[in-house]
Amino acid sequence: MDSYEKLKTARHNGRPTGEMYVREIFELPIELHGDRRFGDDLAIFAGVAFLDKRPVTFIAMEKGHDLQSRVARNFGCPRPEGYRKALRLMKQAEKFHRPVICFVDTLGAHPGADAEERGQGQAIAESIMEMMGLRTPVISVIIGEGGSGGALALASANKVFILENAVYSVISPEGCASILWKESNPETVAKAANCLHITADDMQAFGVAEDVIPEDLDDFPRMCRAMKAQLAAAVDELCELSEEELVAQRYQRFRRFGVYEETPGSRRSS
Amino acid sequence: MSLIDDLLLHITPGRVTCKKCGYVDTVYRVVKNYYACPKCGYYYRLGARDRINLLVDKKSFRELCTGLGSKDFLQFPGYQEKLDKARNATKEEEAVVCGTASIEGNPVALFVMDSKFMMASMGSVVGEKITRLFEYAQAHSLPVIGFTASGGARMQEGVISLMQMAKISGAVKNHSNAGLLYITVLTDPTTGGVTASFAMQGDIILAEPRALVGFAGRRVVEQTTKSKLPDNFQSAEFLLAHGFVDAIVPRSELRSTLAELLTIHKRSV
Repeated sequence: MDSYEKLKTARHNGRPTGEMYVREIFELPIELHGDRRFGDDLAIFAGVAFLDKRPVTFIAMEKGHDLQSRVARNFGCPRPEGYRKALRLMKQAEKFHRPVICFVDTLGAHPGADAEERGQGQAIAESIMEMMGLRTPVISVIIGEGGSGGALALASANKVFILENAVYSVISPEGCASILWKESNPETVAKAANCLHITADDMQAFGVAEDVIPEDLDDFPRMCRAMKAQLAAAVDELCELSEEELVAQRYQRFRRFGVYEETPGSRRSS
Repeated sequence: MSLIDDLLLHITPGRVTCKKCGYVDTVYRVVKNYYACPKCGYYYRLGARDRINLLVDKKSFRELCTGLGSKDFLQFPGYQEKLDKARNATKEEEAVVCGTASIEGNPVALFVMDSKFMMASMGSVVGEKITRLFEYAQAHSLPVIGFTASGGARMQEGVISLMQMAKISGAVKNHSNAGLLYITVLTDPTTGGVTASFAMQGDIILAEPRALVGFAGRRVVEQTTKSKLPDNFQSAEFLLAHGFVDAIVPRSELRSTLAELLTIHKRSV
């Protein structure tokens, strides 16, 4: 499959959504609502549960599965109150020393006037900054679309996994195509998807994802059993680290990203 | 002699046209007015060096984090040409200038984004320079003042640009945990991934009058909302009204305001 095929697969309507992974992987999930400031954003499905016997906090972006639920969940595009709910529950997880597991699946943060009024940029900025300092393990799994800052807001984690047919990108290929070629059609979008390098294999090559999780959508329970084992192993590994080590490991993980040329600097003053 | 008078000695004489109202005036008068149109008050966009000269104590600026150059590592269409053009036009190596300086005697670490360089989009080098500045400031117990301006993350570097948001945010968090002050000054335009990371992470967030500050682009918001947006949408004044900036400060008062804020946060030893 080329990048464009992957993009279409990642967005496919029949694809399992965040809540389905939560219900299949965790035991006894209890949903917790609201950001305690403005409202409850249904684009984020979050709460507490057990992973094997270990208490965890789960935070999943949820796109919905039919027209009615997709509208209710705003097609998985969170508003500021969604990110603030997620952050509230991450801080709660930190307090009670619970690992956090995020499932990322969004075209991007909601780009509406209401979201701008309530500080979409600030909400994402705060989420990323607080995640970078969180003194508890955080694992993020990109299960469908990892759309830009709206995805990173729940993916500033100690470990990031990505499903075989999921994508992760700095800008939607449509947005990129309309900037580059002033036109967004299947041909330019396919070209943009290629240029941007958005596939799971690309993410592993960049080190942006630690591992690619194989998909087996014909046998979803079996696929989730394998995912569960992988998540449990990753949680076990991270729980070996002290709180300081967790924060340091997360910083080092992101610290190394960057491709540039370096020459001995000439100092200028003015 | 004030900083402005000093700057006036070095300008190239000539005339400039205001982009907003079309008023033509001499460079001298515009610069003397803190790079604002004497008629309508429109703020000319400042290059990083001009901004620094307007702000810091004379001869106090020492540049840091230099010698980094962007690389077209994805062979992205048109990227190398854009980089070459921006380097030639601005004589800068990238879209941000970092260093240390003093403001009315208060030592600071400073980064200034330059919208004249590829609309100050954030790629690996911008991310690396700002991260190094925060690390330096933390090691030397310095406050950081950051002037933001950006079209957002640089798509020509793909997902690696996106990662810069988390990288810088981690450095900001560490600096903050060390009890150090970070002030951002939002300038026109600050958008996208920069708004959604370090621009909004200051302990104190200032903005220049009428600066455009937002996450999503206006056209996208209009398409989503399916209605015409008010003229002041995503302006500094709009953000102030919704509680997202601490104060709007005119250019002529920035230096004294920052100096006072630095003094207030000076730690007694």
